[in-house]
Amino acid sequence: MHALEKILAKAADKGIVEAGEIVNCKVDMAGINDLYLQTLHSFYEMGGEKVFSPEKTIVFLDHYAPASAIDQAGNQKKFREFCWSQGIKKLMDINQGVCHQIMADKGYSKPGQLIVITDSHTTTHGAFGAFSTGVGATDLAIILRTGSLWFRVPKIIRIHLTGRPPKGVFAKDIILHIIGELGADFAVYKGIEFTGPVLQMLTVSERMALCNMTTEMGAKASYIQPDEVTRKFLGDKGVCDYQIFETDTNYRYDEVLTFETTHLMPQLAIPHSVDNVAPLSEHVGQPIDQAFLGTCTGGRVQDLSVAAQILKGRRIDPRCRLVVVPASKQVLLEAIEKGYIHTLVKAGATMVTPGCSACLGTHEGIISKGEVCIASSSRNFPGRMGHVKGEIFLASPASVAASALNARITDPSQYLD
Amino acid sequence: MEKELNGKAFVFSKNIDTDQIYPGRYLAETLPENIGRHAMKGADQEFIRQVQPGDIIVAGTNFGCGSSREHAAIALKASGISVVLAESFGRIFYRNGINLGLPLIVVPGITAQVETGHQLSVIVETGWIVNQTTGKQIKGDQISEYMFTILDGGGIKNLIHKQYQ
Ligand code: SF4
Repeated sequence: MHALEKILAKAADKGIVEAGEIVNCKVDMAGINDLYLQTLHSFYEMGGEKVFSPEKTIVFLDHYAPASAIDQAGNQKKFREFCWSQGIKKLMDINQGVCHQIMADKGYSKPGQLIVITDSHTTTHGAFGAFSTGVGATDLAIILRTGSLWFRVPKIIRIHLTGRPPKGVFAKDIILHIIGELGADFAVYKGIEFTGPVLQMLTVSERMALCNMTTEMGAKASYIQPDEVTRKFLGDKGVCDYQIFETDTNYRYDEVLTFETTHLMPQLAIPHSVDNVAPLSEHVGQPIDQAFLGTCTGGRVQDLSVAAQILKGRRIDPRCRLVVVPASKQVLLEAIEKGYIHTLVKAGATMVTPGCSACLGTHEGIISKGEVCIASSSRNFPGRMGHVKGEIFLASPASVAASALNARITDPSQYLD
Repeated sequence: MEKELNGKAFVFSKNIDTDQIYPGRYLAETLPENIGRHAMKGADQEFIRQVQPGDIIVAGTNFGCGSSREHAAIALKASGISVVLAESFGRIFYRNGINLGLPLIVVPGITAQVETGHQLSVIVETGWIVNQTTGKQIKGDQISEYMFTILDGGGIKNLIHKQYQ
């Protein structure tokens, strides 16, 4: 069995599971976002009164943090009241940040766990060796009601990363390249495991970016075998109560693909789909109106650090805005302590509240008709960040920062030591 | 659920994501009748004025990819759509649709056989489709027994409610 299958088997209390089988699994952590009040409606419609396990439930007020419309404020109020009345202690209010980063910051993402959140980018926690997947509101309500949910055991694709990425090429460039090669529907209903020597060079932050974006290939879950890097990250947080599963040597992957990274260049996803990928060099000089640095894909300390390195002692071109949203409160605090925020604001950045911000086009930096944005986020669908006639180019945090300097798409390599 | 569904087709291309089915700026809505008013707005502003109860969406691969928003499935159902026939579905949208009792059938190659405005008849249980306009029969994948039980029970909320009473 694959490690992901072993996690499902344990959660289903079964010895063996196999791809295609439908199993009912006990969920270790169930998360709800403030977008989905429907979850509470569905819970009550199913006759729910008390949440099955308040300790295993976590509520994130992140997509609308802080509320910018009356109905958003109303939904958040109902979530707070729900947590208080149900004894749910893990209420992550508007001061905490994006769900996936909070999960990592607080040590809730750990090997062997079955994590389900009402957010498609829940694949992120595969970076820690968890089985983690996104669901809709009613599925999450079923977990609130019963503690369990059905899953179809997925086939697993292995993506082997070799070589050594050159200067200016980051995990985001690697995953954009892979999505461009394979397509937005390549891994629908399947899991993706990353292996290979490149992983040893990637921090937890970059591993999270890789796993986060597997959603854009339709993947159900992702996986990186926990190693010393994972253990150290968790150990530093005092987290040691986890079980690491390993894939059997005779496990047969659905497919094994190898990607060489030594000759990779910075990449871009071009409007309006994430699999429309080209080397950034083909679009150098494209004017931009906004550079957006942040989100659960590209708003961690390491991302702000590389942006600060590029922008230190420089000023962004006044023809564009640079909107910066740290992924979480902890990221913001660390970036303040390390001086990155000072550097970014001096360079001309606009800081917004840790959370999802303009990533899904609801507030804090949405773009107008005809405007062009380069973003470290995960999606460039029509209308994703505001007007349907706005254009979004996806890139690494370094490419976003370098482009803000010139109000044009720019290769970051020249600004990096 | 009706044994046979009849309606006119609205055809969409591949990779229609949930931001196009239901734009993010309307996510704070919670009532199905209000949610229904924004169905398909990101892909086709006219859709909501033209759709009639019973109509059918036909789409290419990966319909409903992207965000987990159940609003996308709620919007289609509330707008009157009776079934979605697509070459493949985004996985979270697929779960959401079935959970709500909205039939979703995988039909390889369907966009080459149907045009917007064609009249279709669909048998959900078997996956057989007749394009009444062209007279041709089209075979979709048979829905699994587990999913059909959910659809036939009027959605998963009914089933769980009964099971845990
Ligand atoms: S930051 Fe963007 S991708 Fe991440 S959870 Fe928020 S809206 Fe989704």
